[in-house]
Amino acid sequence: MEQGTSLSFSANAARAQADADLQSALDKLQRDTRTGRPAIIARLPEFEALRDRAVAIKDHTLENLDHYLEKFEANVIDAGGHTHWCEDAAAARETVLEICRAADAKIVGKGKSMVSEEIALNDFLIANGLEVVETDLGEYILQLREETPSHIVMPAIHLKKEQIAETFRDHHTMLAPDRPLNEPREMTKEARVRLREKFLAADVGITGANMLIAETGSVVVVTNEGNGDLTQTLPRIHIVIATIEKVVPRIDDALSILRILARSATGQEITSYTTFATGPRRTGDPDGPEEFHLVLLDNGRTKLLDGAFRDVLRCIRCGACQSACPVYGAVGGHAYGGVYGGPIGAVLTPALDGIENAWTLPEASSFCGSCEDVCPMRIPLPGLMRLWREIAHAGKLNKARARRGLAIWAFAARRPWLYRTGARIAIRVLHTLARRRGHIRSMPLAGGWTAARDLPAPEGGRFIDQWHRKHGA
Amino acid sequence: MTDAPFVGLFATCLVDLYRPTVGFATARLLEAAGCRIEVPRSQICCGQPAYNAGDRENAAAIARQTVAAFEKYDYVVAPSGSCAGMLRHHYPELLAADANYSARANAVAEKSWELIAFLTDVVRWTDFDARWPGTVTYHDACSGLRELGVKDQPRNLLARIDGLELRELEAPDVCCGFGGTFCMKYPEVSAAMVDKKAADIVATGAATLLSGDLGCLMNIAGRLSRRGETVEARHVAEILAGMTDVPAIGGTRR
Repeated sequence: MEQGTSLSFSANAARAQADADLQSALDKLQRDTRTGRPAIIARLPEFEALRDRAVAIKDHTLENLDHYLEKFEANVIDAGGHTHWCEDAAAARETVLEICRAADAKIVGKGKSMVSEEIALNDFLIANGLEVVETDLGEYILQLREETPSHIVMPAIHLKKEQIAETFRDHHTMLAPDRPLNEPREMTKEARVRLREKFLAADVGITGANMLIAETGSVVVVTNEGNGDLTQTLPRIHIVIATIEKVVPRIDDALSILRILARSATGQEITSYTTFATGPRRTGDPDGPEEFHLVLLDNGRTKLLDGAFRDVLRCIRCGACQSACPVYGAVGGHAYGGVYGGPIGAVLTPALDGIENAWTLPEASSFCGSCEDVCPMRIPLPGLMRLWREIAHAGKLNKARARRGLAIWAFAARRPWLYRTGARIAIRVLHTLARRRGHIRSMPLAGGWTAARDLPAPEGGRFIDQWHRKHGA
Repeated sequence: MTDAPFVGLFATCLVDLYRPTVGFATARLLEAAGCRIEVPRSQICCGQPAYNAGDRENAAAIARQTVAAFEKYDYVVAPSGSCAGMLRHHYPELLAADANYSARANAVAEKSWELIAFLTDVVRWTDFDARWPGTVTYHDACSGLRELGVKDQPRNLLARIDGLELRELEAPDVCCGFGGTFCMKYPEVSAAMVDKKAADIVATGAATLLSGDLGCLMNIAGRLSRRGETVEARHVAEILAGMTDVPAIGGTRR
């Protein structure tokens, strides 16, 4: 599917709205979200208290980020691992490639990682001669289809199972063409067989990190498929790429956050696999990588840390805001044009790609507040979107017509005498246009509204005028 | 009567322009609940169109007008969770850096209420007796629900109306797609959202849709009407005040 840029959000959205398969997949996501999350949270009375605790943990960590990062690094090195600090995407890509080359690697197995999407790692490694295989089922499907994830934790949520079966038949041509592929179980089994070969053959395993634990130098990875474990334990080299805000002080803190992560992400109490990895294989260990590398990436985080957007660094990438967002539910994640769709994308993408390349995204919200409501880390997403709108407005990035309309309205609204006159005229005009119908079916300057809705006509006369006529002063 | 709460009625710009009936219904309800009310002439709008467009300067100028118009009252009451939420939660932040207005904005914020929450939670209005035979469904407008916690209050009052049957939506708390200027910036996305809402409403079989915010109601009524549905849309205050003689929102004059 053609993805489009963030600036072409309107056109992307129109394409998404015309895609019947996507719409039925999104409807299903929304139905499941409406029942799944509330049910699982109702069974955990201390959920709100856990949210508060998680927020406090992250706020404290961000306040002392340098301290905890240094501590984390020291413990990684103590455990026999290597750290690599990278300021931007290019540096991180080069670093990963160097590690692969030094190990004379040919095949790279990859766990699911949004940061690797952020730095477009796969394309880079492939262009440099490596074979890269995504091992998360959803990501594997997307790799075959040459698509990007449309949701943080359910990357292939935009696809129906029939589309996935078709993809497997197209790519797994070594298998009998008439094999049954109607059930998710059959597809999973087929993918598992294909992926097993790669797990065993991979020289390097690359994973992301759900959290980094400062007091132990451990990396936490959660999955439901166990692919994360195989990716990090079987190959000779394990590379973790993580952005710097992933660190938490202690194991206890990580456990607190884990309790809200899966519940928010998928409506599970906990994921099937939760893996804590600390350093490479030690003497006497039956398995584990020979080398353990941590690529610690900034990619704009330090800048966010210093400014008004700091709260977004609390994000634990659960995707709850995406699943709950009615705009995301109408257009899907690809319409946002960036790595992250939905409310979190509307806040993060302008930071990563520049507001001039993404001012359309913070505008793509009705400010209904569902995202902030479900965000386990209580990130004020609508407030941060509004902040981006302020920056876009000040930089005159948004549409001139919208700015002009607002300016005219505001000019009048600041001058009550002018507003009153204008309002009286507007009411009369609308009233006349509606005639006896009570609504207007089509109106210049309000074509966006009247394309899909009638415009209710005013009853006639301002309330305030009528009130004061009746009640004197 | 000196103990009667002195309430400044903030009509909101949409009610002022589009549906004076909601203003009169609000006044009737407040008076029935024992309040003394005034409707300050100098009120215009809460400033949300500017605030949500990122135009802080104009939003703050409009907010200062509203603060000045309403600070003398014991309470400010609006028949809208969206506008009441703006006064209550956003004015303090918007005017925080304004030495002349910061404290005044905080004071206004503390006494600003959405109409239905005010009736049930502040003046604890119990002395009412209404009858309205018919089936209704209720849309939870986003700001009232999430910024002000208005959820049970309208349902509790509606439950006391003789003859009224409330049929809940499958997704009463999902946004209708209005979102102020959002519906003008991304009309097709907004249309998809309001169409889902309309389908949910029609599926209840209720004859009337009620809600507490005129923006949502105009959006939903407009979509219902375009779909050719017969469901009527009204502000919940109209039903509570027994002012249902006027045509429904966007409806035909009888």
